[in-house]
Amino acid sequence: MRNHDDEAPRPDADGIDRRGFLECMTWAGTGVLWSLAGGLPSAVGLGTALAAETPAAKPFTFLQISDSHVGFDKPANPDALSTLREAVARIKTLPVKPAFMIHTGDISHLSKDKEFDDADQIIREAGIPVFYVPGEHDLLDEGQGKAYLDRYGKGSRGAGWYSFDLNGVHYVGLVNVVNLKAGGLGNLGTDQLEWLEKDLAGLSSSTPIVVFAHIPLWTVYPEWGWGTADGAEALGYLKRFGSVTILNGHIHQVMQKVEGNIAFHTARSTAFPQPVPGTAPSPGPMKVPAGDLRKYLGIATVDFVRGTEPLAIIDRPLAG
Amino acid sequence: MDAAAHAAAHGVFTQTEPAQTRTAEAPAVAIPVAAAQTMVSIDNFTFGPAEITVAPGTTVTWVNNDDIPHTVVATDKSFKSKVLDTEGAFSYTFTSVGEFQYFCSLHPHMTGMVRVKVP
Ligand SMILES: [Cu+2]
Repeated sequence: MRNHDDEAPRPDADGIDRRGFLECMTWAGTGVLWSLAGGLPSAVGLGTALAAETPAAKPFTFLQISDSHVGFDKPANPDALSTLREAVARIKTLPVKPAFMIHTGDISHLSKDKEFDDADQIIREAGIPVFYVPGEHDLLDEGQGKAYLDRYGKGSRGAGWYSFDLNGVHYVGLVNVVNLKAGGLGNLGTDQLEWLEKDLAGLSSSTPIVVFAHIPLWTVYPEWGWGTADGAEALGYLKRFGSVTILNGHIHQVMQKVEGNIAFHTARSTAFPQPVPGTAPSPGPMKVPAGDLRKYLGIATVDFVRGTEPLAIIDRPLAG
Repeated sequence: MDAAAHAAAHGVFTQTEPAQTRTAEAPAVAIPVAAAQTMVSIDNFTFGPAEITVAPGTTVTWVNNDDIPHTVVATDKSFKSKVLDTEGAFSYTFTSVGEFQYFCSLHPHMTGMVRVKVP
């Protein structure tokens, strides 16, 4: 595998460095065939599949949605609820129904029950399971995250971290928005890192891994707090795996990077854009002409397709 | 010592949100009448001024002028605001001398300091 660190990215017309991205995603060769059965994806060992009649290779897709900030009503987007509604409508029109959805946090703006209720009501309309991790805006209740955990934390540990396996892919949801230290970045903490190390220990290195967390796990722009102080330790545990995809939110814009076998991706917000690092005095909500807002908002689909394109993340703005 | 006990010993806080006012219990120590007031404005994810020097008994009020919520949290946990939405304010009266570092628990790169000393 080539290391892309020393190469300038070559974005596609849509701005995504897809060539470099696909080159690095190697788990097409793991002998797992993805297909959809009964509405849920199921993995079939290659041997079994060849012995039986070959099922049609169907893509397995899941979706990332992020930073809904339900309750936000400032000039950058006076109605974050209706743009979330548009995002969900967009999900319903996708050619392949995603198997499930990952929400990478900041569901609400101020952790109010009504904001969570409104978000849940709209997101439920997508009709697919949702896996959440909290953003810092979801832990602002009196109980400092109790409201979030009561609602979304079933089966999770600590501040809401967990993992699950679906058809040969191991998914890990991490929480890096609690116990933040003065002057610092996002933070996982020793308890969660210990848990992560154990969680990954028993897995074969050929297991594809998808990790999701709110704040980017790699350092995007420390001046704005866009990074995770102890993220490098988590990445250390992930290094031995052939395919690792890391999905984050928080920065309200698409950014991608590939480092060895690890592909990083951040999703757009469905509520408001934030500036490109260093181009504004602060990372506050970016005001764009009203007619352009939906070009800056959107969702991302992640496609697992057997053979040709092992993993592709497609960012889908709400408007072209 | 928990935050409330610490506040009772060293200072007193009040917090104003656009729609409500919250006042802490009366402090154990007497606060000078007509005590000095100082403002710290939160703009563009920055406490301004980031460092201030005040006399004991001064009430410092932070006001959030950003379109994003912030908090004001002492590094030693001696005071802690609730979340301040746009135009939300938090006040704390510093009764003992010392240097009080604080930050925004949502955006920890935002830091500030209140130095309390006898003039
Ligand atoms: Cu802040």
